[in-house]
Amino acid sequence: MGRAEVVQKRQKAAIMALRVAALLATAAATIVMALNKETRTFVVGTVGTTPVTASVTAKFQHTPANVFFVIANAMASNHNLMMIGSDLFGLEFKGFKLPLVAVLDMLNAALLSAGVHGAAFMAQLAKNGNSHARWNEICDNFQGYCNRGGVAILAAYVGLLLRSASPWCPL
Amino acid sequence: MAKIRKGVTLTLRLIALAATVVAVVIMVTSKETARVLNLTFTAKFTHTPAFKYYVVAEAIAGLYTVLALLLASKSLLSRLTLILDLVVAMLLTSSISAALAIAQVGKQGNSHAGWLPICGQVPHYCDKLVVSLVAGFVAALVYLLLLLYTLRAALSPVFAIKP
Repeated sequence: MGRAEVVQKRQKAAIMALRVAALLATAAATIVMALNKETRTFVVGTVGTTPVTASVTAKFQHTPANVFFVIANAMASNHNLMMIGSDLFGLEFKGFKLPLVAVLDMLNAALLSAGVHGAAFMAQLAKNGNSHARWNEICDNFQGYCNRGGVAILAAYVGLLLRSASPWCPL
Repeated sequence: MAKIRKGVTLTLRLIALAATVVAVVIMVTSKETARVLNLTFTAKFTHTPAFKYYVVAEAIAGLYTVLALLLASKSLLSRLTLILDLVVAMLLTSSISAALAIAQVGKQGNSHAGWLPICGQVPHYCDKLVVSLVAGFVAALVYLLLLLYTLRAALSPVFAIKP
């Protein structure tokens, strides 16, 4: 094999490695956020000697930004999976398909960045509250929920960075 | 053909520039004071980190658009412009998403977290925010269109079929 071929094989392997890592990151983010749920029981009062408890649940569906996060990550994971599958099964991108792949790459990158940032700022609001609007922070009560949400957002950020790196390689 | 391409990109960039400037200016000048039971309660964009990020990101995008308009004649920078366009488009979508997430809580509240909506007390602030967010959304959309257009133009030699 000539030197140019070796370099090209290495480039393809590098791009594939980036795509697999991005897929793992976005899939992990989707799953962790979708299964994010925490229930806490609070003692509200006492009736005689028995305490009256109320249970409060924090689910990801309660916040539209988190719902969008899950959907955006699911679509980005799907796109990554399609790209990896097409590389593995040797589908050639000729003619009309190559710009389509580039366009889909960009659209998914933009969607993923929007989803991640919406959820990240929502998480910041949940963690710090907003004293000007009288919004209390909820992370001191629901630490597990906040921790898992934070991990999901970090994983999605990693996936976003990896996916931003992959269009640069073919260019 | 090249003239039409330049005309379209110029128009799209001008629209994006106008949208980002409108978004920044309206959000920065939106401020309202409300009196509720002898307590004064001010609503400014600096109270929320998401809106601060929004203003900064839109300002960066606006400056980049001005730069791209001025350097449009040099064809050596077309690859760099494409990559930076992608970065700025992602910046714009991220900032509008963050601002919309917080603004949605401000308008409708979140009953599960015990967060009350604030738009009832500061309606003019909310109206100005809506205008600014719409302008930001238009800027993000126009940048995505610009990106699609320049990508299609850059990849047209690869086409076997003329679209």
